[in-house]
Amino acid sequence: MTELNATTTRRRLLASAVGAGAWVALADSTNAATDDLTAAVSRFAGGASVLKGRVKIDIAELVDNGNVVPITVSVDSPMTAANHVRFIAVFNEKNPQRDVVRFSLSPSSGKAMVTTRIRLATTQKLVAVAQLSDGSFFSHTVDVIVTLAACLEGEG
Amino acid sequence: MARTLINIPPTARRGEVIEIRVTIGHPMETGFRPGDDGKILPRNIIQRFSCRYNSELIFSAEMFSAMAANPYISFFTTAQNTGTLALTWEGDGGFTQTENVTLTVTG
Amino acid sequence: MAAFMRTLPGLICLLALALVANAQTTTHQDARKSGFEFMGPSTQAMQKDDTLNPGMLSVKDGEALWQKPAGQSSKACATCHAAAQSSMKGVAARYPAFDDALKRPIGLSQRINQCRVQQQQATPLRPESADLLALESFVAMQSRGLPIAPTADPRLEPFRQAGGQRFMQRMGQLNLSCAQCHDANAGGKLGSSVIPQAHPMGYPVYRLEWQAMGSLQRRLRNCMSGVRAEPYAYGANELIELELYLNVRAKGMLGETPGVRP
Repeated sequence: MTELNATTTRRRLLASAVGAGAWVALADSTNAATDDLTAAVSRFAGGASVLKGRVKIDIAELVDNGNVVPITVSVDSPMTAANHVRFIAVFNEKNPQRDVVRFSLSPSSGKAMVTTRIRLATTQKLVAVAQLSDGSFFSHTVDVIVTLAACLEGEG
Repeated sequence: MARTLINIPPTARRGEVIEIRVTIGHPMETGFRPGDDGKILPRNIIQRFSCRYNSELIFSAEMFSAMAANPYISFFTTAQNTGTLALTWEGDGGFTQTENVTLTVTG
Repeated sequence: MAAFMRTLPGLICLLALALVANAQTTTHQDARKSGFEFMGPSTQAMQKDDTLNPGMLSVKDGEALWQKPAGQSSKACATCHAAAQSSMKGVAARYPAFDDALKRPIGLSQRINQCRVQQQQATPLRPESADLLALESFVAMQSRGLPIAPTADPRLEPFRQAGGQRFMQRMGQLNLSCAQCHDANAGGKLGSSVIPQAHPMGYPVYRLEWQAMGSLQRRLRNCMSGVRAEPYAYGANELIELELYLNVRAKGMLGETPGVRP
């Protein structure tokens, strides 16, 4: 119940900061890693509210190997000059660094869909955030399970 | 010169949305990994990929250490005029490589 | 006996016998499965599609090396062998093969180095070097989709048996044999990884764990480290004998080079 109130307060604060470029420090999360992730997303959005929806991450729930994890991010958008996706950014929760990749698209992209392969150090959350041409932000969060290979390579 | 794999359709109709797939051979050394002597190996990654279609920038990617080695990217663009797709990778240590492919557009 | 045959256990016994009897002649009842089948769908997709397969970087390098003059001869592979697509078709499928001069089996990468030294008057390529893996991948890809076909050469038999004995032999601090995991427990789990049957198709393989291309010998050495055994050196007779045994064990299964594996 306390967490629910904190989230609601956070959303109201972020909503009120839209367009103002204000950056809200989020100090009420009990999980430091998730907090860094939330801060990274918030920084990318310039403090604007980030809504859920429109963005979809396609990724295995349990990866074969954390060194090479295929990921597809697609955004529901007509990709016209008036209404298109400008950026798609991917953030992680527990790698040494939050950023994974930032894609820049244009109306001529035709389709807001990008695929790549990433490294995941351990089981964690991933967030894909899209900025649309009207300045709004949408995101999708997934949980990915990563395990170590059974037989690790020795020396020499 | 690193090895690249570039896949575009052999031809496209004007207005058709096509997929472009690119891979480049590169270790993408993260800068977080210790070498055999225990010291952290310096970062050596490709930081930016960009695609220009008849000189117009249509797509780019800012890449970080969390991108896998031998980075692969797939993206889409709308076929307009027959022309050149210039694919450029830039990274640590002054790494820079451009591959040009011709996109043939009919109609 | 007749009454038993009409019961459910009896019918299952009959079916099992029929399957075993047919195993030699009908591949669709073959219990052998490639490591491909033990991977997740996105890894499988990476292997199936040449535009996605990271191993193709190495194959393309091999294709370029095939045309490149080497050594004092200034001959390229192509000078003698012309187009690999025809001259190398089916070659990798029958390696390791018996070498008359050495009087023992050699692997494909050793054969490539023999050509370099004897035909091209060039220095041999280092084991696991990018160039040697590239040439091996390019040549082995010409056997993709073809059945593994070790030769029936009787001179290979003692070496195949030595490889087989080693496959069954416990080793390392963990005191495990290849057979204990890959025959008895294939399909089970080691940690969170599914244990494959350890068939040699697809090598050289792009292994996600290595983030690079690697040979079957590298993989075998990994396994040995995994059970805390001192790995045999690259090119060691023991490794070639194991490769030979694995290829005979996988006879008839289809080549996959360049494979992708976790």
